[in-house]
Amino acid sequence: MSDHSQTIDGAVSSRSSARVVHHDTRVINLGDRLFYRLTQAFALIVILLAFLLVFDLFRGAWEAIQTFGLKFLVGTTWDPVKREFSTLPTIIGTLVKAFIALLLAVPISIGSAVFISFYIPKWLRPVISYPIELLAGVPSIVFGLWGLFVMVPVIRSLQIWLKANFGWFFLFNGPAVYGVGVLSGSVILAIMIIPIITAISRDILLTVPRPQIEGMLALGATKWEAIWKVALPYARVGLFGAVILGLGRAIGETMAVTMVGGNSFDLIHSLFDPVHSMASQIASEFTEATYSLYVSSLIYVGLVLFGITIIISLCAQFLIWRLSKGHVAVFE
Amino acid sequence: MKCKNVAAAVLLTALSTVPGQALAGCPTKGVKEMTGAGATFPYPLYSKMFSEYDKACGVKVNYQSIGSGGGIRQLSEMTVDFGASDGVMDDKQKKEAKGGAVLHIPTVAGAEAIVFNLPGIKRSQLKLTPEVLAEIYLKKINNWNDAKIKAINPSLKLPDLAIAVVHRSDGSGTTFIFTNYLSKVSAEWKDKLGFATSVNWPGDVGGKGNEGVANSVKQIPGAIGYVELAYASQNKMDWAQLQNKSKKYLDPSLAGAEAAADVASLPDNMEVVITDSSNPNAYPISGFTWLLVYENQTDPAKGDAVANIVWWMLHDGQKYATPLEYAPLKGAAVKKAETLVKKIKVNNQVVLK
Repeated sequence: MSDHSQTIDGAVSSRSSARVVHHDTRVINLGDRLFYRLTQAFALIVILLAFLLVFDLFRGAWEAIQTFGLKFLVGTTWDPVKREFSTLPTIIGTLVKAFIALLLAVPISIGSAVFISFYIPKWLRPVISYPIELLAGVPSIVFGLWGLFVMVPVIRSLQIWLKANFGWFFLFNGPAVYGVGVLSGSVILAIMIIPIITAISRDILLTVPRPQIEGMLALGATKWEAIWKVALPYARVGLFGAVILGLGRAIGETMAVTMVGGNSFDLIHSLFDPVHSMASQIASEFTEATYSLYVSSLIYVGLVLFGITIIISLCAQFLIWRLSKGHVAVFE
Repeated sequence: MKCKNVAAAVLLTALSTVPGQALAGCPTKGVKEMTGAGATFPYPLYSKMFSEYDKACGVKVNYQSIGSGGGIRQLSEMTVDFGASDGVMDDKQKKEAKGGAVLHIPTVAGAEAIVFNLPGIKRSQLKLTPEVLAEIYLKKINNWNDAKIKAINPSLKLPDLAIAVVHRSDGSGTTFIFTNYLSKVSAEWKDKLGFATSVNWPGDVGGKGNEGVANSVKQIPGAIGYVELAYASQNKMDWAQLQNKSKKYLDPSLAGAEAAADVASLPDNMEVVITDSSNPNAYPISGFTWLLVYENQTDPAKGDAVANIVWWMLHDGQKYATPLEYAPLKGAAVKKAETLVKKIKVNNQVVLK
């Protein structure tokens, strides 16, 4: 947020200074003004689109909101035949899968970003980064098919082993081992968000001023200490932002997670249970939703998903604000 | 004037078609493009039929396979010339249709296979009765060594293995037909779950599309699922023989689906799901897929085009069904479908006589 206001201030001051310098060159001034208005209009369009989206979601979901109210968020029945809809199991399923995906993806992503930024010669960086960026461009249906045909059988063997050896632990005590389910969904999501988090983290770590690290090294710190105590704290706001972007993709991901998630409407009790995600539920049922309350309920799910995304993004903003305050304190 | 035109058009069409090939084929009023939307299940067949129809008559049909629900919604809003659905519209949907009465005209039938994954047991070796199948999907029979399954498969060595029930997670006509069947054979299913394109499944795993169900069944020992016959046979899956209404155990087949559609008791409006058919050769989990057409067409040219293409699909188009593993309509079903097409009117004048 503060960065944003800074750039605006910067732009404003440079604009006024430009006006002083080029006092008589009207054309440049006009172009400058036009550009300012143009960008302003684009920004307004984006904001307007966001508002329209919320408005339209509300309008579409209105019938379901009137029928079910907030019970929609806490009930556990999704029954298109009896026209009864509520979506707690899917909300939980979506969040659990996304957070497990983060748990798996963050250490790998930041670890590999550190390796690329600090441990390998400059000429080797693109060689390692390129495949990662390539992975970020793979369409999610491809991940889904790969997940279904290749990953799920492997996960299933893992589940059998986990259940046999650690079945006493509630997370590994599923009713049966299906392969598809929370664990498969989380792993595929982790694989999908690793490239994004890695690519952004690497760019951010490369902006850490070298003198900072060299100073640490000169003081007798090991390379590990320099990275752990200087580079990572310096970059933490950006790294946090990268993680939030990954989380956003994990929550909204549809296709791949539909194919390996098991898509059940029951509450989950273990990592092995099959469960739907909100986005995949909307995509799966929308085409055959045959009456208006059904369609409206699916749009209501979309509205809830939108709400969850906003809450997470607000929490992230708050955390970044707290972090950057601490960040400033360190360097004062 | 208009009436005269229609009559003349009908006469012309009748004269221009091959004798014995019935009375219609190409539209006569200059329509070159039509739009349709709906079911995904018949899409491979429809796209073949429409491409052949373009070659024969020079009429392009833009068919969007957006799902039966979407097809019904678009027809209700009158944004397409015809809809397509794997299910029958309910009373509320019929009331919401802006163009008045909607005809359900069946084009082909399909069958669904019950596929399973049991070590050592191959295609057609496992037998199932409707009661047992319903209890498996109700999660009341949970193990393959259950006495009820053993009783109908005395020669099989059924393992002590939990049954993993697999169903479609996306809304689909396949689920509509399958749950309709279970509702007919099990009072408890009808009471607790009913039938629709998606229901509140008691368990266990949902797969996306035929491929999702098939894959879960292939990977999980002890799994059972339902997929379209074409998908099961192309992927060489093991399927069960299912007992039909006449107590015969049958493999899923196109012939079984054809037989299911060929019964005397079909209602005139054809709004019937032909599951659990009374024909002794019928495979019980079979169903029609329908074209949805307004009985009263507002645009004379479009009305003429719609009636003609539907007629063509019921006759010339049928030969493309079997190679693509759909069951063509036979006997009683064709006669009733023809009667429906002849109900299509423009300004109270029947288009095809």
